[in-house]
Amino acid sequence: MIDQSKCEACPVHNTGNLKRLGINMDKFDFVVALAGNPNTGKSTVFNNLTGLKQHTGNWPGKTVTRAEGGFEFNNSRYKLIDLPGTYSLLSTSTDEEIARDFILFGQPDVTIVVVDATRLERNLNLVLQVLEITERAIVCLNLMDEARRRYIEIDERTLSRDLGIPVIPTEARQGIGIPNLLTAIDEVVNGKFICKPYRITGTSKGLAKAVEYITEKIKRQFPLLPNARWVALRLLEGDQKIIDAIRSGEISGIAKRNSVEENFAAV
Amino acid sequence: MTKIQLNEKEKLIASANTLRWEIGESLHDSIIESIYTDAAKIANKVVKVKEQKKKYSYDQAIDRIVTSKWLGFPIMFLMLSVVFWVTIEGANVPSGLIANLLVDTLHPVLKDFASSIGTPSWLSGVLIDGAYLAMAWVISVMLPPMAIFFPLFTLLEDFGYLPRVAFNMDNLYRKVGAHGKQALTMTMGFGCNAAGIIATRIIDSPRERIIAIITNNFSLCNGRWPTQILIATIFIGGAVPAYLAGIVSAAAVVGIALLGIIFSLVVSWGLSKTILKGEASAFSLELPPYRPPRILRTLYTSLIDRTIFVLWRAVVFAVPAGIVIWLVANITIGGTSIAEHFTNWSDPFALLVGLNGVILLAYIIAIPANEIVVPTVLMLTVLVAGIAGVGSGDGVMFELDSVADTSAILHAGGWTVLTGINLMLFSLLHNPCSTTIYTIYKETKSIKWTVISSILPVMMGFAVCFFVTQVWRLIAS
Repeated sequence: MIDQSKCEACPVHNTGNLKRLGINMDKFDFVVALAGNPNTGKSTVFNNLTGLKQHTGNWPGKTVTRAEGGFEFNNSRYKLIDLPGTYSLLSTSTDEEIARDFILFGQPDVTIVVVDATRLERNLNLVLQVLEITERAIVCLNLMDEARRRYIEIDERTLSRDLGIPVIPTEARQGIGIPNLLTAIDEVVNGKFICKPYRITGTSKGLAKAVEYITEKIKRQFPLLPNARWVALRLLEGDQKIIDAIRSGEISGIAKRNSVEENFAAV
Repeated sequence: MTKIQLNEKEKLIASANTLRWEIGESLHDSIIESIYTDAAKIANKVVKVKEQKKKYSYDQAIDRIVTSKWLGFPIMFLMLSVVFWVTIEGANVPSGLIANLLVDTLHPVLKDFASSIGTPSWLSGVLIDGAYLAMAWVISVMLPPMAIFFPLFTLLEDFGYLPRVAFNMDNLYRKVGAHGKQALTMTMGFGCNAAGIIATRIIDSPRERIIAIITNNFSLCNGRWPTQILIATIFIGGAVPAYLAGIVSAAAVVGIALLGIIFSLVVSWGLSKTILKGEASAFSLELPPYRPPRILRTLYTSLIDRTIFVLWRAVVFAVPAGIVIWLVANITIGGTSIAEHFTNWSDPFALLVGLNGVILLAYIIAIPANEIVVPTVLMLTVLVAGIAGVGSGDGVMFELDSVADTSAILHAGGWTVLTGINLMLFSLLHNPCSTTIYTIYKETKSIKWTVISSILPVMMGFAVCFFVTQVWRLIAS
């Protein structure tokens, strides 16, 4: 690995273009969601990008509410939302629901999944679930310093190719890798990097067919809905919340970003 | 909405229902399974662990000791004791210096200035003797212990020790029918109860969440640590030979914190056997790796986020409280001040439980913030006990250069070691501060649970103090 610390000290480097806006989130161009397992350093990444001082701690479950902040990079203004840490998006506890609903209905322009490099396998469970709901995501492979201390090596290029999304190694506590993360955000939201998210394979043929069938039907009913495939899966599982949302037509309403805030007020 | 659309929706739901039966019940499981298999497949491909040396396992080595069955708790007590001992030993001198500056030097200057520009005496009384002195007092009493205690505590947190504390206690909480995660929210409560109560959102079951909310108050919070430390230094430390004073008073504070944990367990047990019946749900607690604490960052956050934050809150509440104190001390009905009316009226009951009317009045005035209990107690004590030679009149906070002076005043006010112990107990067991009460209401949306959470600890406080007092008097006589 090339020693990047000199580059990062140089004023022409990326962070030179970063303007931390703190809680000033007026007129943002893009929405970025920050997801991840508990205690992977989401809040540290959040603070790094926004310049805010969210209390961080070596402590799972520190962030229980959504925290929001803003930053500006390459003349685009971003609103960053720090979601509560969760291990999955499938079960029904409040924090998982908040995270899931935001990625699903808040339609962030990109979702950053902060991942603990020393526990990649378990963290990937969440990444794969996120990729089921959204097209545009970035893996922030955090705690690389700890991984190094434990002699863990990760082939991030292969990982990126397999997942079909950018994978950025970082050491957020030291601010290392944040410039690369910013570049990746910029590339994804501006379509310079087209994500081809990995979709789970192990399901049976019958299921795949059923999902496809229902997805088509949903798309015809709700052409604006961006996550038809995921809604189809939930529908097939018999998720009462989704059934109700379809019945009431709410599902197309919450697909629009401008109504997201009221939706969250209700959560 | 047209009828056709409605039918289309029902058709969609219906066909999903049909398909669900065709695929079988196992859909959810099969999705989860494939997520796990795929994650494992990808991870195996990209992760390489080379020459796993012994060094890697130092986390487990530490964990084996600090979370062990036999050593876990003793180590926990030892760590807390060391933190308090350092705090108690270190805070005395800077406290005196600050009091010297703000109270001895600056207060007369302000008074002279006020009279030189012809300020009426009631106004300078309210503003300078009330508001200003309350603020000066809070800063000199609270700033030094906080500036030592919070960085130490934050270092432990940053290092990763607090989740181990939670791990040690998790089993106990489950045994009493509460959620294991309550151990985490209790530990958060050691910082701030309002924060701890918000943190109970990590508990899914409403039953267990309510238990965690009600019992969070048994975690000594930021606002109460300084009270505990100061009173322990004066009464517990004062009762033993000087060379033992630091250690013994630190042990007393740890004892109170432990008692709080025990109360939270007992009350959780009581609740889950009576009005909140149910089984404890299972969960897995992940122990984060130990991380080298970032010293500078920790100093920064603990000073800004905690020390200054708590101090600011204390000052904000101390100013109006100072005014209230001055007023109750100076407004007289039938020749006696309101404060004296109240203390005379409540003394019989208060003395029965080993406290006194002054303490009760102080706790009423200090409902907005636990931080100002001690300054209020001292001020009222001087007033009611009519101590001569300190201060410059009724309801004026006085010059206090050191812990020794504080001690002299409390002893003159008729305080004994028993009063000190009871105040420490009552500081642990009383109603939450107004911020916390408001947070409880916001989180539960229920007046019933808010009232229970607020009243229950006070009742327990009276009961425990009464019990201790009776036993003490029995033994003493």
